[in-house]
Amino acid sequence: MTTRIDRRELAARIAADIPEGSYANLGIGAPTLVSDYLPADAEIVLHTENGMLGMGPAPETGRIDPDLVNAGKLPVTALPGAAYFHHADSFGMMRGGHLDVCVLGAFQVSERGDLANWSTGEPGAIPAVGGAMDLAIGAKQVFVMTDLLTKQGVSKLVSACTYPLTGVGCVTRVYTDHAVFDVTPGGFAVRELFGDNTVAELATLTGLALTDATGIPAAEGA
Amino acid sequence: MIDKTVPDAEAAVADIADGATVMISGFGRAGQPVELIDALIAQGASGLTIVNNNAGNGDVGLAALLAARRVRKIICSFPRQSDSWVFDGLYRAGEIELELVPQGNLAERIRAAGAGIGGFFTPTGVGTQLAEGKEHRTIGGREYVLEYPIHGDVALVSALRGDRWGNIVYRETARNFGPIMAAAATRSIVQVDEIVPLGELDPEAVVTPGIYVDRVVAVGERPWLVDGAFVGGVDIEGRPV
Repeated sequence: MTTRIDRRELAARIAADIPEGSYANLGIGAPTLVSDYLPADAEIVLHTENGMLGMGPAPETGRIDPDLVNAGKLPVTALPGAAYFHHADSFGMMRGGHLDVCVLGAFQVSERGDLANWSTGEPGAIPAVGGAMDLAIGAKQVFVMTDLLTKQGVSKLVSACTYPLTGVGCVTRVYTDHAVFDVTPGGFAVRELFGDNTVAELATLTGLALTDATGIPAAEGA
Repeated sequence: MIDKTVPDAEAAVADIADGATVMISGFGRAGQPVELIDALIAQGASGLTIVNNNAGNGDVGLAALLAARRVRKIICSFPRQSDSWVFDGLYRAGEIELELVPQGNLAERIRAAGAGIGGFFTPTGVGTQLAEGKEHRTIGGREYVLEYPIHGDVALVSALRGDRWGNIVYRETARNFGPIMAAAATRSIVQVDEIVPLGELDPEAVVTPGIYVDRVVAVGERPWLVDGAFVGGVDIEGRPV
C-alpha cells in the first residue's frame, strides 16, 4: 500500500497548479525543485527576491556568473525577457501583491493558515529570517510544500503553531507527500489524496478534524 | 568641474570614523565591495555598526572585517549561512550585537532613509516575534507594524561602471542593495570596474544618479569579464576554475 509520493512527484504536482502567465517565487530548498516541472513551452516568470524576474536554470559548466545568483546564492541564468531591479523594488513587488504565487517550506502550518518556517526557537540557535516573512504575506497565493509528518512522525499540520510564526493567516494551500490540503475558514479541507490515503486516516495522523473536499472542483485560479 | 573620482580604495575610505554606521552592498558575495572593505580593514576604524543582508561569507570581505574585530553591531536579515563561521563564533561568544530584520523591511528601511521618510507601516512581520513591542495600526482592515528608516554615515557599494559625476550602472543581481544604500548614507563610496568619460553612460540606463554618490573609485575589471563581455571560467566565488 502506498501512502506517500516522493519529493519530485510532489514538485511536479505543484508545478501543474501554476498556470501560464504566472509570476511565481519558488522558495529556497525543496520548492526550487518545482521549476524542473514547469512546462518548457509555458511562459511562467520566476521571481528571485535578490532582484530578478525571468530567472532561468543553472548555467552550464564553465559559465557560472558570480553576479547572477538566486535567493539561495546559487548560480542561475537570465532568460530572454528578464529584468533586474534593486532590493527595495523586489520586496515592493512582493509586498504589494504583484506576485501570483509563492511556494515555501514549513515547520508547521495551522488550521487558520498561520505559517512557521523560519525558526524552531531552539535556545542558542543563531536566528536568521531572510525574506520568509515578506514572502509569506506578499503573494496572492501562498503554497506550502512539505512532508506531512516530521522525521519523528509528528504532524506538521497543527491546530496552532508552537514554533515562532513567520506570518499569520497567510497560507492558501499545503501540498504534502500524503495529500493536498486547502486552508478554509473551517480548517483544513482535503483537496486531493495521494496513494491509498483516506481522509479518515489523515485525520488520525494529524489529530485534526478535516473536511473532505476531494469531490469538489478546485477553486478558480487555484 | 565636478570630479568625484578618487585614485584608490585607500583614499576612498580614509576618513571613516570609529563608531560609524557603514552600509555595505551585496547579497552574499554578489555585489560585495571587497576592495573597499579590505581598505577599511587596513584603515583601522573600529566599533562599527554594519548594515548588510548577511553577516559575511567565508574569510574574505565582510567576514574579514568581522574577524578583525572592527564591528560592534550588525543589522541584517540572514546572518546564519553554511559559510558564516566568523560571525557565528563572535555571536556565540557575545562579542557582536545582532539586529535581525526581515529582508524586505531591511530594504524598505534603507530606502526610506534615502527618500526622507520618517517611518512606514508594513504588513511584514505582523504577529511574529520580530514585531513585538512595536507600534501597530490597522489601516483599511489590515494590520501593519511601524518601522523606522536606517541611515548610514557611509555606504560602501560595488557596481560595474561610473563616471566622474558619480552616475552608476550595476551588473545583474549584483545590483541588490547598491542603489538604496547609496541614497541612504551621508557619504556614499562606490567601487566600479571602470570609470568612463562623462556622457558615455546611457542616461536611460543610469540606475544610481550621481546626486547620491560622493566618491567613485576604479578597482579593475572583475575576473569573469573581458572588456565588459562575460567570459566565465570562474566558480561562484569568482575564483578561476
